[in-house]
Amino acid sequence: MEFFEEFPSLGRKTLSGMKQAVDETFKGFSRAYGEQLENFFDPLLRFLIWFERLLEATPWPIILLVVGALAWIGSRSWKITAGSVLAFVVIGVLDMWEDTMATLAIISVATLLCIAIGIPIGILMSRSDRMQAIITPILDVMQTIPSFVYLIPVVMLLGIGKVPGLIAVCIYAIPPIVRLTNLGIRLVDKDVLEAADAFGTSPWQKLWGVQVPLALPNIFAGINQTIMMALSMVVIASMIGVKGLGVPVLRAISNQYLALGLMNGLAIVALAIIFDRVSQTYGKRLQAYRQGGK
Amino acid sequence: MSQSKVQIKNLYKIFGKTPKKVLAQVKAGMGKPELLEQTGHVLGIQNVSLDIPEKRIQVVMGLSGSGKSTLIRHINRLIEPTDGQILIDGEDVLSMSDKQLREVRRKKTSMVFQKFGLLPHRKVAENVGYGLEVQGVSSDEIAKRAQHWIDRVGLTGYENHYPGQLSGGMQQRVGLARALATDAEILLMDEAFSALDPLIRYDMQSILLELQDELHKTIIFITHDLDEALRLGDKIAILRDGALIQEGTAPQIVLTPADDYIADFTKDINRGKVIRLKALAAAGSPYDGAMIDGSTVLADALLPLSQAPDQRLGVTDANGAYLGAVTLTQAIAALQG
Repeated sequence: MEFFEEFPSLGRKTLSGMKQAVDETFKGFSRAYGEQLENFFDPLLRFLIWFERLLEATPWPIILLVVGALAWIGSRSWKITAGSVLAFVVIGVLDMWEDTMATLAIISVATLLCIAIGIPIGILMSRSDRMQAIITPILDVMQTIPSFVYLIPVVMLLGIGKVPGLIAVCIYAIPPIVRLTNLGIRLVDKDVLEAADAFGTSPWQKLWGVQVPLALPNIFAGINQTIMMALSMVVIASMIGVKGLGVPVLRAISNQYLALGLMNGLAIVALAIIFDRVSQTYGKRLQAYRQGGK
Repeated sequence: MSQSKVQIKNLYKIFGKTPKKVLAQVKAGMGKPELLEQTGHVLGIQNVSLDIPEKRIQVVMGLSGSGKSTLIRHINRLIEPTDGQILIDGEDVLSMSDKQLREVRRKKTSMVFQKFGLLPHRKVAENVGYGLEVQGVSSDEIAKRAQHWIDRVGLTGYENHYPGQLSGGMQQRVGLARALATDAEILLMDEAFSALDPLIRYDMQSILLELQDELHKTIIFITHDLDEALRLGDKIAILRDGALIQEGTAPQIVLTPADDYIADFTKDINRGKVIRLKALAAAGSPYDGAMIDGSTVLADALLPLSQAPDQRLGVTDANGAYLGAVTLTQAIAALQG
C-alpha cells in the first residue's frame, strides 16, 4: 500500500547528486568561458553606457524637443505629441528624470537588439516549416519560463550588471517580434507572390520587395509588443543591477513606500503608453494603401 | 500559318504524393476518377500536346477543374510538370536552371492574373514598372515606359493611386499594362477578365484586340467563357478533365464539334457572329456574279445574300482569290446548326 501513498521518487541522495552535477558543470563552463563571453558582450555594454550617458548629459529642454519631434514624426498627431511632452514634464517635475533616462536607454537598446536579432530569425522561420517547428517551442519556453529562472544562469555567467539585465530583458521581449515577422510573411497573399514569380523575381527581390513590405504591419505590431514587454521587465532587470525606474520600485517594495512605488510605476506606464501610441500610429500610417475602399 | 512560338508536348501533371509512380498507370489509360480512388492522386493534365502559333491569340477553354489554369502555369514553369516537354522558341523550358528560367520570365513571357496579383503597397506606376524594376532597368527608363503603358490602357491620371483605390476593371488594366511594359513576346492571360462584370469584360476584350492589332504578341488566353473564346481566339483549344479534346479555329469548333460535350457548349452561342462565309464556301462550282469577302460573319452576310439575284454570292479570301459560292439557304442552315 505504501507504494501508492507517496509517489516513488528518486532518493534524496541521487537527486542532490544530479543537481550538483548540473551546477558544477555549469560553474565549470562559467569559469572557463565567462571572461570570453564578457568580452563578447563588451561592445554592447559600451554602447549602452554611451547611450545612457548621452541621455543623461543632454540638457532636459533638448530631450523634450527630441521626444516631441519623434512623437510627431511617428504619429503626426498633435494630441499624442503634446501628451508625450507633457508626460516627460511631469516626470521631470516629480524628480524622476534621471531614472527615466536610464530606463529609456536600456529599453531603446533592448528594442534595437531584439529587432536586429528577431526579424532575421522571423524571416528564417517563415521560409521553412521545419525551422518554424524548431523555433516555436523555444519561443514558448522563453515566454513562459519565470524570469527568475533564467536570471540564475545569466548572473552566474556574467555577474550582476547592465549586460545581464539587457539579456534578461531581451529573452523575455524578443518572442513577439519573431512570431509576428514569421506570421506576417506567411500571411502575404499567395496570388501576389505568384505574380512576383511570374515576372522573374529572384528570392532576394521577392523577400525585400514584396514579402517584408507586405508583412510590415504585422512586424510593426511585433515591435510594439516587444517594447511593451521590455518595459514590463524593468523592475526585474533592476534586481540584477540595471539602473532606472525599477530601482526605486524595488526600494519601495522592501520599505513599504506606497507613494514612491506608485510614482515610479506610473512613470513606467507613461513611457509604455507613449511608445505604444507612437509606434501604433506609425504602423498604421505605413499601410496607407489599405485605406482605399475595396 | 505562322510557326509555333510555344510547343507543349505530351504534358502530364499529376498532383499527389508520388506522382512519378502513378504516371505509368495514367499513361496506360487510367482515368481521373479511378486514379483518385485507387491512388489518391489528382490528374491535372493528361497528355496535352499543343502548338501555339506566333503572334496569334491562342485561347484555352474549359470549365473549372479542367486543368486550364494548371496548363498555362506550365509554360513559365510556375508549376513543374510530371512528364512532358515545353519549348519556347525551340528552347526546352524544363531543363533550364533557376537563373535561365528567371531570364525567360523577365524577358520572354509576362502574365496577367484572374485576381490581378497587383502589389498592394505600390502605386499604379510602380506596379506597371515592376517587371522592369526586377530586370534592373534604370528608374528614369522605368518611369518613361510605365507612363507609356499607363496611357495606352487608359489610366492616365491614376499613376499615384494604390491598387486598392481602383475598381476591378481598372486594376486589371494595371495588370495588363504591367504585363505589356516588359515587352515580352509571350503574354499569358489566366482568366484575365473573368472576375470583371460583363460590360467591363467586353471593354477589356476590345482593348486587348486593339493592342494586339498593333503589337502582334503571342497570347495564350485562358477562359471558361465561350463567347470570350470565340471573340478573341485565333485558335481555340478545349480542355476537359485535363485532356485536350478539340483544337481549331472558332468556326471549326462551332461547325464540327468533336463530341457531345463541345456540342453542348456551343449550342447556345450566336452562330451568326462566329461563322464566317469562307467556312461554308463550297469549292468547285465556278461563279461569275458578285463577290463577298470570306471573313464576313453570317449575320452580316444574310442581307447581301438575300439581295443577290439568285440569292447566291461568290466568296473570296483575304487576297481576293475565289474560294467558292454560298447560297442563302446554306447560310440559314448553318445558322441553325
